Amino acid sequence: MRYLPKSPAERREMLAAIGAKSIDSLFDSIPGQFRLKAPLNLPGPMSEYEIIEYFRTRAAENSCGYTSFLGAGVYNHLRSVVTDSLIQRGEFLTSYTPYQAEISQGTLQAIFEFQTLMCEITGMEVANASMWDGSTATTEAVLMAARLTGRHRIIVARSLHPEYRQVLDTYTRNLGFHIQEVGFAPSGQIDAARLDEAIDKQTAAVVVQSPNFFGILEQIPHLAKLAHDKGALLVVAITEAVSLGAVHPPAGADIVAMEAQSFGLPPSYGGPYAGVIATREKFVRQMPGRLAGETLDTLGRRGYVLTLSTREQHIRREKATSNICTNQALCALAVTIHLCLLGKEGVKELAAQNIAKSRFALAELEKIPGVRRAFSGPFFNEFVVELPRSVKMVNADLLREKIIGPLPLGSFYADLTKRALFCVTETTTRGEIERLAAAIRQILSKPV
Amino acid sequence: MSDRIKKVGRNISQNEGLIFEQSAPGKRGVELPPLDVPAVEARAALGAEYVREGVAGFPEVSEIEVVRHFTRLSTWNYAIDLGMYPLGSCTMKYNPRVNEFVARLDGIATEHPYQPQEVSQGCLKIQRMLLDCLMEITGMDTGTLEPAAGAQGELTGLLLIRAYLEDTQGRPRKKVLIPDSAHGTNPATAVIAGYEVENVPSDARGQIDISRLKEIVSDDVAAMMVTNPSTLGVFEQNIAQAAEVLHSHGALLYMDGANMNALAGVARPGDFGVDVMHLNLHKTFSTPHGGGGPGAGPVMVKKILEPYLPIPVLIEKNGRPAFDNHRPKSVGRMRAFGGNFGVLVRALAYTLAYGPGIRQATEDAVLNANYIRKKLEDVYDLPYKSPSMHEVVFSDARQKKNGVNTMDIAKRLIDYGFHPYTTAFPLIVAGALMIEPTESESKQECDLFIGAMRSIAEEAASNPELVKTAPHSTRVSRLDDVTAARKPVLRWKPKSFSETPG
Amino acid sequence: MYPSDYRYTKEHEWIKVSGDTGTIGITDYAQHELGDVVFVELPAIGAKITAGQLFGTIESVKAVSEIYAPVSGEVLETNIALSSTPEIVNADPHSAAWLIKIKLANPAEASALMDAAAYQAFIAEKEASA
Repeated sequence: MRYLPKSPAERREMLAAIGAKSIDSLFDSIPGQFRLKAPLNLPGPMSEYEIIEYFRTRAAENSCGYTSFLGAGVYNHLRSVVTDSLIQRGEFLTSYTPYQAEISQGTLQAIFEFQTLMCEITGMEVANASMWDGSTATTEAVLMAARLTGRHRIIVARSLHPEYRQVLDTYTRNLGFHIQEVGFAPSGQIDAARLDEAIDKQTAAVVVQSPNFFGILEQIPHLAKLAHDKGALLVVAITEAVSLGAVHPPAGADIVAMEAQSFGLPPSYGGPYAGVIATREKFVRQMPGRLAGETLDTLGRRGYVLTLSTREQHIRREKATSNICTNQALCALAVTIHLCLLGKEGVKELAAQNIAKSRFALAELEKIPGVRRAFSGPFFNEFVVELPRSVKMVNADLLREKIIGPLPLGSFYADLTKRALFCVTETTTRGEIERLAAAIRQILSKPV
Repeated sequence: MSDRIKKVGRNISQNEGLIFEQSAPGKRGVELPPLDVPAVEARAALGAEYVREGVAGFPEVSEIEVVRHFTRLSTWNYAIDLGMYPLGSCTMKYNPRVNEFVARLDGIATEHPYQPQEVSQGCLKIQRMLLDCLMEITGMDTGTLEPAAGAQGELTGLLLIRAYLEDTQGRPRKKVLIPDSAHGTNPATAVIAGYEVENVPSDARGQIDISRLKEIVSDDVAAMMVTNPSTLGVFEQNIAQAAEVLHSHGALLYMDGANMNALAGVARPGDFGVDVMHLNLHKTFSTPHGGGGPGAGPVMVKKILEPYLPIPVLIEKNGRPAFDNHRPKSVGRMRAFGGNFGVLVRALAYTLAYGPGIRQATEDAVLNANYIRKKLEDVYDLPYKSPSMHEVVFSDARQKKNGVNTMDIAKRLIDYGFHPYTTAFPLIVAGALMIEPTESESKQECDLFIGAMRSIAEEAASNPELVKTAPHSTRVSRLDDVTAARKPVLRWKPKSFSETPG
Repeated sequence: MYPSDYRYTKEHEWIKVSGDTGTIGITDYAQHELGDVVFVELPAIGAKITAGQLFGTIESVKAVSEIYAPVSGEVLETNIALSSTPEIVNADPHSAAWLIKIKLANPAEASALMDAAAYQAFIAEKEASA
């Protein structure tokens, strides 16, 4: 077997050195009745060529050659060859968590740079070295808010990603939390009047997303004031990180829980991505996840270590801030490299292109009879339109044109049937947008 | 450089500052295609109150500077690709390159989790095949591939147990039993699942103490979390009896599968009474650690727990694989978008490479650990003499007499060209040296490691200061982690920034 | 080394009583066992603490220790110097690094604790058995 570096003679030699009669005898400590007598029934073994063929065949059964208008928490953005080739350097790819600082300075300094970039983009004072994804980061932000306030009531915007809300529910169900949802106004923003009524002295956190699940920007400073007036914290989830190139960072937020997938990570059918928690400096000891810090060595040279680790499970065990251990380090590294390449001008230009293209797409769609925009609030690169027909049926027709249509909101919101969530990024060409509009016009012009 | 150090020579290592220190206005590392629709002014499109004027602290650097920067940083890391990485309980094995290649294919990396299932059949078939393989390897009935890492797998498993007990017995019970040898995530997870933790002392051999378990177990106990082989690298002889004791009280047995690399192809947890377990695909199934992630932590279960699996559940519909979100008894959703699919792809590529031959990998891993044990047991103290499987745990008891502890030996190992073993864990061994070579090491590499460890044992006796001040050959010497924790500096700030008080 | 007018617990806290006020800290033995202290977490002013119960934590780089109340009472003052200079716990545990001052619920409670001689005998025995 090509991954195993021993010859039969070497195995015999090693067995002899151990003083064991056979390989099997090394497993004598496993009671006999539990030792397998026959080989496992597994496919393979396969050569490298066969493995590639197997996955190429599977890839061909997916959506190659289709144009997609899906976003909803996972986005198609430009990625660079530089990022992907650098993260495949063995020293990054095949190293462990940098507990041994002297031989992990590469990973540690990169994490420190990641933390800096995340602080800059979110406008917060400290950021951790990554969480599993945006949904678990949002949940961890809520648990953190409960520790900070000693309260257990959580108010969540209905316009927070539905799957994020489900994850939050799964985690908090057994911990004595009370979760209340607040709906949205005609603008698509959270209903601020209802929110104000809902917050009370037991509220630990208000959780909103911006841009929200409908693509609409929330009025964060106002929401922060409503929360803070009652001693609650404001948690802001961000699923479309590219928006921060143009949109004001969530000023007044206490904890930002972000999904950084948009910065150079492929959609990859759901992951791996990179979640982030960023917060105020004074809350850092209640923040979950690893942190790299700058320090000096015995000769006064600058270096980096994992720090404040008494928060973590390997030391505090059942009293830890979180059970997270393995995080998304390599994904965070990809985000770091991608953002360094983009730089100050690139993030701005990228955001500007998303704004321009999504507006062009909305204008094209609004020209179609019976199609109208559903919410009036400001949006970034996703918008909701109301169609005169079932979105699922329209999508079925679009699929025949090799177009993966918008997300039918009805699958998450029973009151939002015939509403479709479109996403248009810098990767969508004008030609593709025009083809989409023409196809929908044609589909809607046919009798039902 | 001492001629006893055989694995490494002296290399030039490039100095490199922070990327932010190389920034200058007007440089850029990426160019976008020209905009093919009319440009829109952000302020006009979003409204003045929503617009930001650029991201102040972002660097401005060119492509070549980015490439050099991260390449230089990479050279400051140790890696499996450079040599043996004997971290106990971490299973640092070779990460096959073909896994990386297939995870990046168009049609694999490019797929959106919400695209219609009719154009996702390839993704669904990959998950079906991986789940089938994991069922065969573990002897369990079904499972979920959703959990993002081992710790989330543990939580999923405990939530499944909770839901099962509530559904069948009307209450979730109160306590989870955890042996004192367990990894720290076990108790941390139990608390998040809403349970109290009761620590169970190991017996004199470091094994589950069945008579003690019988005393502790009650109608308040929901489950026991056992790592098997234990963190001592020893197979739990009494695992089946422990399962019986728990089952007779209506409780379940959870197995932490972190050490599955000792069992794959040799024995199956499903056969010795385990009800639910997680696997770390970034350990046994070769997906890269990447400096701390991403991983994936599939959870495998017996039939009785199937109704509670997290959504979406992989099912068969009209003869094709499909996701089912309508599961009334489900514990809910653990993570958005279904899981770390890219990691699952790599794990399947690994499994297909071996097929039934995966047993050979297990055998080689156990062979390496026992070989190292044999060659070091005369110089390092072996606190538990039970037969080792894939890892061996020594203690620093002999070197301690000269003031040299496990961390010092570990740091000195760096000078010999190796990554340290796991220090000071498991907690039931004072001054532990936990060594897991994995199957990926040749006899030559094992011999070099043994030579290094023996040489350090001599140094600890003849020149303890040399060991205590190690490493001597790295870019930086021991770092001041006390100041790092007292006065945390967690981000770079521009000079003018940091000089401003407050 | 160990002030004779203080009282001591088996968890290595000290208390100095004057009138109905008690000043509480950790002992030199405790700071030595902990190593370099990096962070001290204390209760809020006005919090009620109960003899034998947790009231705070002290962290070194790789360990967290819990601090137990020697006696019951209400927190009057906490040592704010510890938030910026936790290292004084190592340098001066019996004086500058006091942790909290409390209003004693029952001033007689402290007299049941060990005096300096008894505490020194206690740690000597601990050292010998280790």
